[in-house]
Amino acid sequence: MSQRTLPLLIINLGGEMIYILDQRLRAQDENDDKTQRVMNDIVGTMFNKAFLEELLRPQDLYSHRALRTVLTRIAHASIMRLNLASMDKLYDLMTMAFKYQIVLCPRPEDLLLITFNHTDTIKELVKDNPSLVNQINEAQRQLIEVYTPLSDGEFQLIRHTLLVLFQDMQIRVSIFLKENIQNPNGHFVLQTSGPVPHGFEVPGLIRWFNAKGREVRRTRFPSGGSYTSAVRQASFDLSGDRVTLLGTNMYSTPSPEDMDPPTTSTRKPKQADTTPNPLATEELNLLAKLMGGMEVQKLLNVEAGFRVNLLAFDQEEEEEEGIVISEGTGHQSSRVINLKVTQDQLASTELARIAGEFDEEGSQTEGPGNKGDDLLAMMDEL
Amino acid sequence: MYHKEKSIPIKSSASALYNNLSVLRIAPRCLTYFTVVHANVVNMVSASWDGLNYSHRQLQSKEGNVATSSSLIMQAAWCVLPSRDLLVLTSQKGIQMYESDGSIMVYWHALDTPETPTAKAVFAQGISAVREKHICVGVSSGSVLVFDVPSKGSNITLSEVLEEHKEAITDMASECSGSLECIADLVSADDSGLLCVWKSGEDFQLLNKIPGFDTSCSSVKLWKGTVIAGYGTGQIRLYEAVTGILHAEVNAHARWIYSLDIAPFTGLIEHMYNECVTDTQICGAKFCDGDGYAFAVTGYDLSEIIRYTQA
Repeated sequence: MSQRTLPLLIINLGGEMIYILDQRLRAQDENDDKTQRVMNDIVGTMFNKAFLEELLRPQDLYSHRALRTVLTRIAHASIMRLNLASMDKLYDLMTMAFKYQIVLCPRPEDLLLITFNHTDTIKELVKDNPSLVNQINEAQRQLIEVYTPLSDGEFQLIRHTLLVLFQDMQIRVSIFLKENIQNPNGHFVLQTSGPVPHGFEVPGLIRWFNAKGREVRRTRFPSGGSYTSAVRQASFDLSGDRVTLLGTNMYSTPSPEDMDPPTTSTRKPKQADTTPNPLATEELNLLAKLMGGMEVQKLLNVEAGFRVNLLAFDQEEEEEEGIVISEGTGHQSSRVINLKVTQDQLASTELARIAGEFDEEGSQTEGPGNKGDDLLAMMDEL
Repeated sequence: MYHKEKSIPIKSSASALYNNLSVLRIAPRCLTYFTVVHANVVNMVSASWDGLNYSHRQLQSKEGNVATSSSLIMQAAWCVLPSRDLLVLTSQKGIQMYESDGSIMVYWHALDTPETPTAKAVFAQGISAVREKHICVGVSSGSVLVFDVPSKGSNITLSEVLEEHKEAITDMASECSGSLECIADLVSADDSGLLCVWKSGEDFQLLNKIPGFDTSCSSVKLWKGTVIAGYGTGQIRLYEAVTGILHAEVNAHARWIYSLDIAPFTGLIEHMYNECVTDTQICGAKFCDGDGYAFAVTGYDLSEIIRYTQA
């Protein structure tokens, strides 16, 4: 349908990915420098000028497979590596988060505000790096140029195109279930209360007019919800009040369990959450099955290695390596499995070389290929 | 006054598209047909009036040569003409017309698609039967294609192209009261909210243009010379078709209106009933009969048609 969907898709999905990775790396008490390096590398790749130009070319949407490949490449532009199972989990989380934003988006043009919430937050994450901030600003300028002239009907077409891509995806995400954003059947919760979007009237009124255009009668009716008057207009500029919270970093608000500052020494297991979380355990079981007999090794001596535990959003974490079983709580015991993510020296050198080349002269391959091939080829640079 | 009935299951979920539900009542066989679009497939289900029997069929969008999954269907609707009923599908590639049970394709019209993708999407959307022998279909460029339909057979021809709209056509509707006194036969709506009112004939004649107010008009009906239009701002407006006089305005919804329908034998413009379908984004809404006794809705990601009947 719409030929202008891809940039919004990649930036928003990439944004969600950055939020998740950032939260995970910080929660695991990684060295700040290393975390920042990973973030900078990923952001630099995602907002590369040539890459964005390719995205902005009018074209059909990519398939899930192609999309995943592109996002994996972006993630691996850093020295951090994710194994297949972690990437699966990451992709599920990213897509469901963005699907949530698209479904709940009150007006179709709010899709652009959601995108700007992502770029604003990413800018904040790399604020100490002026060249990256410039890159993001430049990208935002291009988005403003392409998207602000579009009508609400054209935005709705973009939204419909995205909704076809995400149709029937009902993956239940622990954090969404906990926050009552998602129902156990996978559908998102739609509120029928609150302020109406900017430019809308509160429902419940019928007005009759005479031939001269004068109002002659008005009646009220129950609208079926409890709505209040409209929110203020949001800013579509380079910076400003976006009004909507969709697209902001939902992982950055610490949940009560995370409030304790992490300590470097081993600490006692925290009291497990009193409400059993069968879904989280199910996810863990599935992952354990997928990984089979994979052993989790001690990572004491790996200097630059990153453990990225993508399952610990609502599980209590331990500072120790290896598999940990919280016992004796009387509640459903859950294992925390730490996924090993190591720094592969050779691979990172290769990637770094490619990323470096890519930064300097990412060129486009010519001729139409399969969807995404051009982009991937460009990312390979060869 | 309405209560929820047993839902009708459909083979795949409804896509988020305007007017994504079409209903055809087959009184002689005590059946009602429903169609719901899912990406490049049309789900058809026929339901017996006693609610005991369902039969399903799926139509894949077949474009002349190759069935490609990149051809998404925008809308499917029945066109009821005096001599025959046809099922019309509009997609990114063109327009297909089938016999009403979806068994045979009788006509295919390809849209002009550019060699390399342009920024503006290309698709057909907005379907309406008009009077005796016309079926009109809208296009993303703003054109309205008028097809001449013989009483049987596949000799359907494109007889006229109406060029008044500049934005993509969203919906079209013909006079549904059955009254022959009304001058206006057809109304077309587009993404800018513009409404064009037409008189059918050998050549269609533009009777009036009612401007929009900076928002898309996604769903439109024409009843006894009154245009009823649903807009992206959640409002419904009633205009006198030929003069453009605004009769009434309803602040109906807190979100974009996806679909609206009128029960032609009732003529009520009063609020009677409201219902909230929990956690569902509605994309299709239709009365199942002319008296408004029953209506049905579809929702994004929902694999069923939800029905309500009067208590």
